[in-house]
Amino acid sequence: MGTTSEKNWEPKIVAFLCNWCSYAGADLAGVSRFQYPPNIRIIRLPCSGRVSANMILDALRSGADGVLVSGCHPGDCHYISGNLFARRRFALLNNLLEFVGIEPGRVNFSWVSASEGEQFAEVVKEVTDKVKKLGPSTRLVKRIG
Amino acid sequence: MSTVNEKITEKIRSEAQRLLSSGEIAAFIGYEAGSLPMSVRPFVARKPEDASRLVWNSFCVLNLANYLPALLKSFEPPRRPGDPPPEGPLPKVGILATGCWSRNIVVQIKENQVDRDRVVIVGVPSRGMVSARKVKEAVGERDIQACTEEDHSLKISGEGFEQELNRWDVVRDNCKTCVHPDPVIYDILIGDPAGERQVQDRFAQVDEIEHKSLEERWDWFADSFSSCVRCYACRNACPLCYCPTCFVDDSRPQWVGKSTEQTDTMLFHILRAYHCAGRCTDCGSCESVCPVGIPMRLLTKKLNKDVLEMYGSEAGMSLDEPLPLTTYNPADPQGFVLTEKSEKGGDR
Repeated sequence: MGTTSEKNWEPKIVAFLCNWCSYAGADLAGVSRFQYPPNIRIIRLPCSGRVSANMILDALRSGADGVLVSGCHPGDCHYISGNLFARRRFALLNNLLEFVGIEPGRVNFSWVSASEGEQFAEVVKEVTDKVKKLGPSTRLVKRIG
Repeated sequence: MSTVNEKITEKIRSEAQRLLSSGEIAAFIGYEAGSLPMSVRPFVARKPEDASRLVWNSFCVLNLANYLPALLKSFEPPRRPGDPPPEGPLPKVGILATGCWSRNIVVQIKENQVDRDRVVIVGVPSRGMVSARKVKEAVGERDIQACTEEDHSLKISGEGFEQELNRWDVVRDNCKTCVHPDPVIYDILIGDPAGERQVQDRFAQVDEIEHKSLEERWDWFADSFSSCVRCYACRNACPLCYCPTCFVDDSRPQWVGKSTEQTDTMLFHILRAYHCAGRCTDCGSCESVCPVGIPMRLLTKKLNKDVLEMYGSEAGMSLDEPLPLTTYNPADPQGFVLTEKSEKGGDR
Protein backbone atom coordinates (compact mmCIF):
# COMPACT_ATOMS: atom_id res chain seq x y z
CA MET A 1 0.00 0.00 0.00
CA GLY A 2 1.36 3.35 -0.91
CA THR A 3 2.22 4.74 2.48
CA THR A 4 4.45 7.73 3.01
CA SER A 5 8.13 7.61 3.89
CA GLU A 6 9.33 5.09 6.45
CA LYS A 7 9.54 7.71 9.16
CA ASN A 8 5.90 8.60 9.07
CA TRP A 9 4.76 5.08 8.43
CA GLU A 10 1.39 4.29 9.93
CA PRO A 11 0.08 0.74 9.82
CA LYS A 12 -3.13 -0.12 8.04
CA ILE A 13 -5.17 -2.59 10.00
CA VAL A 14 -8.25 -4.34 8.71
CA ALA A 15 -10.80 -5.03 11.45
CA PHE A 16 -13.48 -7.64 10.89
CA LEU A 17 -16.15 -6.86 13.48
CA CYS A 18 -19.32 -8.73 14.20
CA ASN A 19 -22.46 -6.71 13.78
CA TRP A 20 -23.96 -7.43 17.18
CA CYS A 21 -21.15 -6.91 19.66
CA SER A 22 -17.83 -5.58 18.43
CA TYR A 23 -19.25 -3.25 15.82
CA ALA A 24 -21.62 -1.86 18.42
CA GLY A 25 -18.66 -1.67 20.83
CA ALA A 26 -16.77 0.39 18.26
CA ASP A 27 -19.84 2.57 17.90
CA LEU A 28 -20.00 3.06 21.65
CA ALA A 29 -16.32 3.96 21.75
CA GLY A 30 -17.14 6.61 19.18
CA VAL A 31 -20.16 8.12 20.86
CA SER A 32 -18.41 8.00 24.24
CA ARG A 33 -15.44 9.81 22.68
CA PHE A 34 -12.82 7.27 23.69
CA GLN A 35 -9.71 8.00 21.67
CA TYR A 36 -8.16 5.18 19.69
CA PRO A 37 -5.66 5.12 16.84
CA PRO A 38 -7.21 5.80 13.44
CA ASN A 39 -5.32 2.92 11.85
CA ILE A 40 -8.17 0.47 11.62
CA ARG A 41 -10.50 0.01 8.68
CA ILE A 42 -13.65 -1.65 9.86
CA ILE A 43 -15.49 -4.29 7.87
CA ARG A 44 -18.82 -5.19 9.42
CA LEU A 45 -19.90 -8.81 9.24
CA PRO A 46 -22.98 -10.53 10.66
CA CYS A 47 -20.95 -12.71 13.03
CA SER A 48 -17.36 -13.65 13.79
CA GLY A 49 -18.42 -17.06 12.50
CA ARG A 50 -18.68 -15.44 9.07
CA VAL A 51 -14.98 -14.65 9.04
CA SER A 52 -13.13 -17.19 6.97
CA ALA A 53 -9.41 -17.72 6.65
CA ASN A 54 -9.76 -16.56 3.04
CA MET A 55 -10.77 -13.09 4.21
CA ILE A 56 -7.97 -12.75 6.73
CA LEU A 57 -5.35 -13.88 4.24
CA ASP A 58 -6.86 -11.74 1.51
CA ALA A 59 -6.42 -8.70 3.75
CA LEU A 60 -2.75 -9.58 4.28
CA ARG A 61 -2.25 -10.28 0.60
CA SER A 62 -3.73 -6.91 -0.31
CA GLY A 63 -1.18 -5.20 1.91
CA ALA A 64 -2.82 -4.82 5.30
CA ASP A 65 -0.14 -4.57 7.98
CA GLY A 66 -2.40 -6.17 10.53
CA VAL A 67 -5.77 -7.83 10.94
CA LEU A 68 -8.13 -7.72 13.88
CA VAL A 69 -11.04 -10.09 14.17
CA SER A 70 -13.48 -9.34 16.93
CA GLY A 71 -16.75 -10.90 17.98
CA CYS A 72 -19.08 -11.38 20.91
CA HIS A 73 -17.81 -12.96 24.10
CA PRO A 74 -18.30 -16.74 24.14
CA GLY A 75 -21.83 -17.40 25.30
CA ASP A 76 -23.12 -14.03 24.10
CA CYS A 77 -23.30 -14.72 20.38
CA HIS A 78 -26.42 -13.35 18.72
CA TYR A 79 -26.59 -16.64 16.82
CA ILE A 80 -25.97 -18.61 20.04
CA SER A 81 -22.79 -20.41 18.97
CA GLY A 82 -21.29 -18.70 15.89
CA ASN A 83 -18.31 -17.42 17.81
CA LEU A 84 -17.72 -20.77 19.48
CA PHE A 85 -17.37 -22.50 16.12
CA ALA A 86 -15.24 -19.57 14.96
CA ARG A 87 -13.00 -19.86 18.01
CA ARG A 88 -11.87 -23.34 17.02
CA ARG A 89 -11.14 -22.21 13.49
CA PHE A 90 -9.28 -19.10 14.64
CA ALA A 91 -7.16 -21.07 17.09
CA LEU A 92 -6.06 -23.44 14.34
CA LEU A 93 -5.45 -20.65 11.83
CA ASN A 94 -3.49 -18.64 14.37
CA ASN A 95 -1.23 -21.61 15.07
CA LEU A 96 -0.85 -22.49 11.41
CA LEU A 97 0.17 -18.97 10.48
CA GLU A 98 2.73 -18.94 13.25
CA PHE A 99 3.94 -22.34 12.07
CA VAL A 100 4.74 -21.02 8.60
CA GLY A 101 6.47 -17.97 10.00
CA ILE A 102 3.91 -15.18 10.02
CA GLU A 103 4.79 -12.87 12.91
CA PRO A 104 2.54 -13.30 15.96
CA GLY A 105 0.63 -10.04 16.23
CA ARG A 106 -0.15 -9.61 12.53
CA VAL A 107 -3.43 -11.41 12.95
CA ASN A 108 -5.28 -10.71 16.18
CA PHE A 109 -8.48 -11.94 17.75
CA SER A 110 -10.57 -10.41 20.49
CA TRP A 111 -13.97 -10.52 22.14
CA VAL A 112 -15.61 -7.15 22.69
CA SER A 113 -19.24 -6.71 23.69
CA ALA A 114 -21.59 -3.90 22.71
CA SER A 115 -21.18 -2.31 26.14
CA GLU A 116 -17.38 -2.33 26.06
CA GLY A 117 -16.57 0.89 24.22
CA GLU A 118 -13.54 1.54 26.37
CA GLN A 119 -12.27 -2.02 25.96
CA PHE A 120 -12.64 -1.67 22.20
CA ALA A 121 -10.44 1.42 22.26
CA GLU A 122 -7.92 -0.52 24.39
CA VAL A 123 -7.88 -3.43 21.97
CA VAL A 124 -7.29 -1.15 18.98
CA LYS A 125 -4.47 0.58 20.84
CA GLU A 126 -2.87 -2.73 21.74
CA VAL A 127 -3.14 -4.08 18.19
CA THR A 128 -1.82 -0.86 16.65
CA ASP A 129 1.15 -0.83 19.03
CA LYS A 130 1.95 -4.43 18.22
CA VAL A 131 1.76 -3.91 14.48
CA LYS A 132 3.81 -0.72 14.71
CA LYS A 133 6.53 -2.65 16.50
CA LEU A 134 6.47 -5.33 13.80
CA GLY A 135 6.77 -2.73 11.06
CA PRO A 136 5.29 -2.89 7.56
CA SER A 137 4.04 -6.31 6.55
CA THR A 138 6.17 -8.10 3.97
CA ARG A 139 5.09 -11.72 4.27
CA LEU A 140 2.18 -12.94 2.17
CA VAL A 141 1.86 -9.51 0.58
CA LYS A 142 1.33 -9.71 -3.14
CA ARG A 143 3.43 -7.16 -4.94
CA ILE A 144 2.43 -6.52 -8.47
CA GLY A 145 5.01 -5.21 -10.88
CA MET B 1 5.82 -69.32 -1.46
CA SER B 2 3.76 -66.24 -1.95
CA THR B 3 4.30 -62.95 -0.20
CA VAL B 4 1.83 -61.16 2.05
CA ASN B 5 0.83 -58.84 -0.77
CA GLU B 6 0.29 -61.68 -3.20
CA LYS B 7 -2.00 -63.36 -0.70
CA ILE B 8 -3.91 -60.10 -0.22
CA THR B 9 -4.16 -59.66 -4.00
CA GLU B 10 -5.65 -63.16 -4.29
CA LYS B 11 -8.25 -62.44 -1.63
CA ILE B 12 -9.11 -59.03 -3.10
CA ARG B 13 -9.68 -60.63 -6.49
CA SER B 14 -11.89 -63.38 -5.11
CA GLU B 15 -13.94 -60.98 -2.97
CA ALA B 16 -14.36 -58.53 -5.85
CA GLN B 17 -15.30 -61.36 -8.18
CA ARG B 18 -17.87 -62.67 -5.72
CA LEU B 19 -19.39 -59.23 -5.02
CA LEU B 20 -19.57 -58.30 -8.71
CA SER B 21 -20.96 -61.59 -9.95
CA SER B 22 -23.58 -61.81 -7.20
CA GLY B 23 -24.78 -58.38 -8.25
CA GLU B 24 -24.31 -56.98 -4.76
CA ILE B 25 -22.17 -54.19 -6.11
CA ALA B 26 -22.09 -52.45 -9.48
CA ALA B 27 -18.43 -51.47 -9.35
CA PHE B 28 -15.34 -52.11 -7.28
CA ILE B 29 -12.63 -49.53 -6.70
CA GLY B 30 -9.14 -50.99 -6.46
CA TYR B 31 -5.80 -50.91 -8.22
CA GLU B 32 -4.44 -52.49 -11.34
CA ALA B 33 -0.79 -52.78 -12.31
CA GLY B 34 0.70 -49.65 -13.79
CA SER B 35 2.81 -49.52 -16.92
CA LEU B 36 6.00 -48.54 -15.10
CA PRO B 37 7.78 -50.28 -12.25
CA MET B 38 6.64 -49.09 -8.80
CA SER B 39 3.39 -47.74 -10.16
CA VAL B 40 -0.22 -48.81 -9.84
CA ARG B 41 -3.33 -47.33 -11.37
CA PRO B 42 -6.63 -46.77 -9.61
CA PHE B 43 -9.06 -49.08 -11.33
CA VAL B 44 -12.82 -49.48 -11.28
CA ALA B 45 -13.85 -53.07 -11.93
CA ARG B 46 -17.36 -53.22 -13.37
CA LYS B 47 -17.57 -56.83 -14.56
CA PRO B 48 -16.69 -60.02 -12.65
CA GLU B 49 -13.93 -60.79 -15.14
CA ASP B 50 -12.31 -57.41 -14.40
CA ALA B 51 -11.56 -58.63 -10.89
CA SER B 52 -8.51 -60.58 -12.09
CA ARG B 53 -6.83 -57.28 -12.99
CA LEU B 54 -6.82 -56.06 -9.39
CA VAL B 55 -3.50 -55.93 -7.57
CA TRP B 56 -2.19 -55.03 -4.15
CA ASN B 57 1.37 -54.02 -3.37
CA SER B 58 3.42 -51.47 -1.45
CA PHE B 59 2.97 -48.74 -4.03
CA CYS B 60 -0.78 -48.22 -3.54
CA VAL B 61 -0.19 -44.67 -2.35
CA LEU B 62 -3.25 -42.97 -3.80
CA ASN B 63 -6.22 -42.73 -1.51
CA LEU B 64 -9.07 -44.64 -3.17
CA ALA B 65 -11.70 -42.85 -1.08
CA ASN B 66 -11.06 -39.94 -3.42
CA TYR B 67 -13.02 -41.69 -6.17
CA LEU B 68 -15.93 -42.80 -4.02
CA PRO B 69 -18.33 -39.80 -3.97
CA ALA B 70 -18.18 -39.26 -7.74
CA LEU B 71 -18.53 -42.95 -8.54
CA LEU B 72 -21.57 -43.26 -6.27
CA LYS B 73 -23.09 -40.21 -7.92
CA SER B 74 -22.50 -41.67 -11.38
CA PHE B 75 -24.95 -44.45 -10.53
CA GLU B 76 -27.71 -42.05 -9.55
CA PRO B 77 -30.28 -40.94 -12.12
CA PRO B 78 -29.68 -37.33 -13.18
CA ARG B 79 -31.69 -34.81 -11.22
CA ARG B 80 -31.90 -31.07 -10.92
CA PRO B 81 -31.57 -29.12 -7.70
CA GLY B 82 -34.79 -29.40 -5.76
CA ASP B 83 -35.86 -32.68 -7.37
CA PRO B 84 -36.80 -35.38 -4.87
CA PRO B 85 -34.15 -38.00 -4.12
CA PRO B 86 -34.33 -41.07 -6.36
CA GLU B 87 -36.65 -43.82 -5.21
CA GLY B 88 -35.70 -47.39 -4.52
CA PRO B 89 -32.30 -48.82 -3.71
CA LEU B 90 -29.41 -47.46 -5.73
CA PRO B 91 -26.46 -49.57 -6.89
CA LYS B 92 -23.71 -50.18 -4.37
CA VAL B 93 -19.99 -49.71 -4.80
CA GLY B 94 -17.20 -51.78 -3.31
CA ILE B 95 -13.97 -50.17 -2.23
CA LEU B 96 -10.66 -51.17 -0.71
CA ALA B 97 -9.80 -49.37 2.51
CA THR B 98 -6.75 -49.30 4.72
CA GLY B 99 -6.78 -47.49 8.07
CA CYS B 100 -6.49 -43.95 6.74
CA TRP B 101 -8.70 -44.50 3.70
CA SER B 102 -11.45 -45.96 5.86
CA ARG B 103 -11.22 -42.91 8.11
CA ASN B 104 -11.62 -40.74 5.03
CA ILE B 105 -14.73 -42.70 4.12
CA VAL B 106 -16.03 -42.03 7.64
CA VAL B 107 -15.40 -38.31 7.11
CA GLN B 108 -17.21 -38.48 3.76
CA ILE B 109 -20.14 -40.25 5.37
CA LYS B 110 -20.34 -37.62 8.09
CA GLU B 111 -20.17 -34.86 5.50
CA ASN B 112 -23.03 -36.47 3.57
CA GLN B 113 -20.94 -37.23 0.52
CA VAL B 114 -21.27 -40.97 0.87
CA ASP B 115 -24.20 -43.12 1.91
CA ARG B 116 -22.93 -45.90 4.19
CA ASP B 117 -25.63 -48.25 2.93
CA ARG B 118 -24.34 -47.97 -0.62
CA VAL B 119 -20.74 -48.88 0.12
CA VAL B 120 -19.22 -52.28 0.67
CA ILE B 121 -15.90 -51.63 2.35
CA VAL B 122 -13.24 -54.27 1.92
CA GLY B 123 -10.77 -53.52 4.68
CA VAL B 124 -7.07 -54.24 4.31
CA PRO B 125 -4.80 -53.61 7.31
CA SER B 126 -1.97 -51.46 6.02
CA ARG B 127 1.67 -52.42 6.26
CA GLY B 128 2.73 -48.96 5.22
CA MET B 129 3.17 -47.85 1.64
CA VAL B 130 6.51 -47.25 -0.03
CA SER B 131 7.58 -43.88 -1.31
CA ALA B 132 8.79 -44.19 -4.90
CA ARG B 133 10.73 -40.99 -4.34
CA LYS B 134 12.69 -42.57 -1.50
CA VAL B 135 13.43 -45.63 -3.61
CA LYS B 136 14.73 -43.45 -6.43
CA GLU B 137 16.93 -41.59 -4.01
CA ALA B 138 18.20 -44.85 -2.50
CA VAL B 139 19.41 -46.08 -5.89
CA GLY B 140 21.02 -42.79 -6.69
CA GLU B 141 18.35 -41.54 -9.12
CA ARG B 142 19.28 -44.24 -11.63
CA ASP B 143 16.71 -45.46 -14.12
CA ILE B 144 14.65 -48.18 -12.48
CA GLN B 145 13.43 -50.86 -14.89
CA ALA B 146 12.08 -53.47 -12.53
CA CYS B 147 11.04 -53.83 -8.94
CA THR B 148 10.13 -57.07 -7.24
CA GLU B 149 8.73 -57.08 -3.80
CA GLU B 150 9.34 -59.48 -0.97
CA ASP B 151 7.76 -59.16 2.45
CA HIS B 152 10.55 -57.09 3.91
CA SER B 153 12.67 -56.09 0.98
CA LEU B 154 12.52 -54.62 -2.48
CA LYS B 155 14.73 -55.77 -5.34
CA ILE B 156 15.38 -52.86 -7.63
CA SER B 157 17.13 -53.32 -10.92
CA GLY B 158 17.99 -51.27 -13.93
CA GLU B 159 20.63 -51.13 -16.56
CA GLY B 160 23.89 -52.20 -14.97
CA PHE B 161 22.72 -52.36 -11.39
CA GLU B 162 20.73 -54.42 -8.98
CA GLN B 163 20.05 -53.36 -5.48
CA GLU B 164 18.12 -54.76 -2.55
CA LEU B 165 16.46 -52.31 -0.20
CA ASN B 166 14.95 -52.83 3.21
CA ARG B 167 11.27 -52.14 2.74
CA TRP B 168 10.79 -50.23 5.97
CA ASP B 169 13.63 -47.86 5.06
CA VAL B 170 11.70 -46.57 2.08
CA VAL B 171 8.22 -46.54 3.62
CA ARG B 172 6.57 -43.12 3.51
CA ASP B 173 7.00 -40.84 6.52
CA ASN B 174 3.26 -40.66 7.20
CA CYS B 175 3.05 -44.48 7.28
CA LYS B 176 6.00 -44.68 9.65
CA THR B 177 4.19 -42.47 12.15
CA CYS B 178 0.78 -44.04 11.59
CA VAL B 179 -0.92 -45.41 14.70
CA HIS B 180 -4.14 -46.67 13.11
CA PRO B 181 -3.21 -49.09 10.31
CA ASP B 182 -6.45 -51.07 10.61
CA PRO B 183 -9.63 -49.95 8.89
CA VAL B 184 -12.07 -48.40 11.37
CA ILE B 185 -15.12 -49.47 9.38
CA TYR B 186 -15.40 -52.39 6.99
CA ASP B 187 -17.81 -55.04 5.80
CA ILE B 188 -15.18 -57.58 4.85
CA LEU B 189 -11.68 -57.73 6.32
CA ILE B 190 -8.80 -59.17 4.33
CA GLY B 191 -5.73 -60.26 6.25
CA ASP B 192 -5.14 -60.06 9.98
CA PRO B 193 -5.64 -56.82 11.89
CA ALA B 194 -2.32 -55.21 12.71
CA GLY B 195 -3.55 -53.60 15.93
CA GLU B 196 -2.79 -50.09 17.11
CA ARG B 197 0.81 -49.24 16.47
CA GLN B 198 2.90 -47.67 19.18
CA VAL B 199 4.80 -44.76 17.74
CA GLN B 200 6.99 -42.50 19.75
CA ASP B 201 6.89 -38.88 18.67
CA ARG B 202 4.22 -39.16 16.04
CA PHE B 203 4.62 -35.47 15.44
CA ALA B 204 8.41 -35.35 15.48
CA GLN B 205 8.57 -33.83 11.99
CA VAL B 206 6.21 -31.06 13.08
CA ASP B 207 8.02 -30.49 16.37
CA GLU B 208 11.27 -30.07 14.53
CA ILE B 209 9.85 -27.12 12.61
CA GLU B 210 8.05 -25.71 15.64
CA HIS B 211 11.34 -25.53 17.49
CA LYS B 212 12.84 -23.32 14.83
CA SER B 213 12.77 -19.57 15.28
CA LEU B 214 10.18 -17.47 13.47
CA GLU B 215 12.65 -16.41 10.80
CA GLU B 216 13.82 -19.96 10.25
CA ARG B 217 10.26 -21.16 9.94
CA TRP B 218 9.49 -18.52 7.32
CA ASP B 219 12.64 -19.44 5.43
CA TRP B 220 11.70 -23.09 5.62
CA PHE B 221 8.23 -22.34 4.29
CA ALA B 222 9.43 -20.04 1.53
CA ASP B 223 12.15 -22.44 0.52
CA SER B 224 10.34 -25.76 0.56
CA PHE B 225 7.23 -24.49 -1.20
CA SER B 226 9.00 -22.37 -3.80
CA SER B 227 9.21 -25.14 -6.38
CA CYS B 228 5.43 -25.56 -6.52
CA VAL B 229 4.14 -25.47 -10.10
CA ARG B 230 0.49 -25.14 -9.04
CA CYS B 231 -0.56 -28.32 -10.79
CA TYR B 232 -3.10 -28.96 -7.99
CA ALA B 233 -2.23 -32.65 -7.95
CA CYS B 234 -2.29 -32.50 -4.14
CA ARG B 235 -5.81 -31.12 -4.22
CA ASN B 236 -7.01 -33.58 -6.82
CA ALA B 237 -5.59 -36.56 -4.99
CA CYS B 238 -7.23 -35.55 -1.72
CA PRO B 239 -10.42 -37.37 -0.69
CA LEU B 240 -11.46 -34.29 1.29
CA CYS B 241 -11.50 -32.05 -1.76
CA TYR B 242 -14.85 -32.61 -3.37
CA CYS B 243 -16.19 -29.03 -3.55
CA PRO B 244 -17.82 -28.39 -6.95
CA THR B 245 -15.85 -25.15 -7.16
CA CYS B 246 -12.56 -25.03 -5.32
CA PHE B 247 -11.47 -21.78 -3.69
CA VAL B 248 -8.52 -21.63 -6.08
CA ASP B 249 -10.91 -21.53 -9.02
CA ASP B 250 -13.07 -18.76 -7.59
CA SER B 251 -12.68 -15.60 -9.60
CA ARG B 252 -15.00 -13.18 -7.85
CA PRO B 253 -13.55 -12.75 -5.32
CA GLN B 254 -10.30 -14.33 -6.36
CA TRP B 255 -8.88 -15.55 -3.07
CA VAL B 256 -5.69 -16.88 -4.55
CA GLY B 257 -3.90 -15.62 -7.63
CA LYS B 258 -3.26 -18.17 -10.33
CA SER B 259 0.41 -17.50 -10.87
CA THR B 260 3.39 -19.30 -9.38
CA GLU B 261 4.39 -16.09 -7.66
CA GLN B 262 5.57 -16.77 -4.11
CA THR B 263 2.60 -15.23 -2.31
CA ASP B 264 0.05 -17.01 -4.48
CA THR B 265 1.74 -20.35 -3.94
CA MET B 266 2.00 -19.82 -0.21
CA LEU B 267 -1.61 -18.75 0.16
CA PHE B 268 -2.70 -21.77 -1.84
CA HIS B 269 -0.81 -24.13 0.43
CA ILE B 270 -1.93 -22.46 3.66
CA LEU B 271 -5.57 -22.52 2.62
CA ARG B 272 -5.45 -25.98 1.11
CA ALA B 273 -4.05 -27.35 4.37
CA TYR B 274 -6.44 -25.28 6.46
CA HIS B 275 -9.45 -26.67 4.60
CA CYS B 276 -8.37 -30.11 5.74
CA ALA B 277 -8.21 -29.13 9.42
CA GLY B 278 -9.91 -31.71 11.58
CA ARG B 279 -10.62 -33.87 8.51
CA CYS B 280 -7.20 -34.97 7.33
CA THR B 281 -6.18 -38.53 8.16
CA ASP B 282 -2.57 -38.07 7.10
CA CYS B 283 -2.94 -40.58 4.26
CA GLY B 284 -0.05 -38.91 2.45
CA SER B 285 -1.67 -38.89 -1.01
CA CYS B 286 -0.92 -35.20 -1.48
CA GLU B 287 2.77 -35.65 -0.87
CA SER B 288 2.99 -38.84 -2.90
CA VAL B 289 1.51 -37.29 -6.03
CA CYS B 290 3.52 -34.07 -5.88
CA PRO B 291 5.74 -33.93 -8.96
CA VAL B 292 8.32 -31.74 -7.24
CA GLY B 293 8.34 -33.24 -3.76
CA ILE B 294 6.87 -30.44 -1.66
CA PRO B 295 6.33 -31.45 1.99
CA MET B 296 2.78 -30.05 2.12
CA ARG B 297 1.76 -32.89 4.42
CA LEU B 298 3.60 -31.17 7.26
CA LEU B 299 1.03 -28.36 7.24
CA THR B 300 -1.88 -30.75 7.62
CA LYS B 301 0.08 -32.76 10.15
CA LYS B 302 0.56 -29.59 12.20
CA LEU B 303 -3.20 -29.04 12.10
CA ASN B 304 -3.78 -32.67 13.09
CA LYS B 305 -1.47 -32.18 16.03
CA ASP B 306 -3.26 -29.03 17.19
CA VAL B 307 -6.69 -30.60 16.76
CA LEU B 308 -5.59 -33.58 18.84
CA GLU B 309 -3.99 -31.43 21.53
CA MET B 310 -6.72 -28.81 21.78
CA TYR B 311 -9.87 -30.77 20.99
CA GLY B 312 -8.76 -34.35 21.67
CA SER B 313 -10.00 -35.60 18.37
CA GLU B 314 -8.68 -37.42 15.35
CA ALA B 315 -10.47 -37.32 12.02
CA GLY B 316 -12.73 -40.19 11.08
CA MET B 317 -12.16 -42.46 14.06
CA SER B 318 -15.85 -43.06 14.64
CA LEU B 319 -19.15 -42.49 12.93
CA ASP B 320 -20.77 -41.09 16.07
CA GLU B 321 -18.31 -38.41 17.06
CA PRO B 322 -18.82 -35.08 15.22
CA LEU B 323 -15.93 -33.63 13.23
CA PRO B 324 -13.95 -31.25 15.46
CA LEU B 325 -14.74 -28.12 13.47
CA THR B 326 -18.45 -28.86 13.30
CA THR B 327 -18.77 -28.74 17.04
CA TYR B 328 -17.44 -26.79 20.01
CA ASN B 329 -16.87 -26.95 23.70
CA PRO B 330 -17.53 -23.86 25.82
CA ALA B 331 -14.22 -24.55 27.56
CA ASP B 332 -12.12 -24.61 24.36
CA PRO B 333 -8.69 -23.01 24.80
CA GLN B 334 -8.66 -19.35 23.88
CA GLY B 335 -5.32 -18.07 25.13
CA PHE B 336 -4.68 -16.57 21.70
CA VAL B 337 -7.56 -14.10 22.14
CA LEU B 338 -6.25 -10.67 23.16
CA THR B 339 -9.04 -9.93 25.58
CA GLU B 340 -8.60 -13.27 27.36
CA LYS B 341 -4.86 -13.12 27.89
CA SER B 342 -4.79 -10.65 30.79
CA GLU B 343 -7.42 -12.47 32.84
CA LYS B 344 -5.99 -15.93 32.45
CA GLY B 345 -2.34 -15.05 32.21
CA GLY B 346 -2.25 -16.51 28.71
CA ASP B 347 -2.64 -20.27 28.44
CA ARG B 348 -0.48 -20.50 25.36
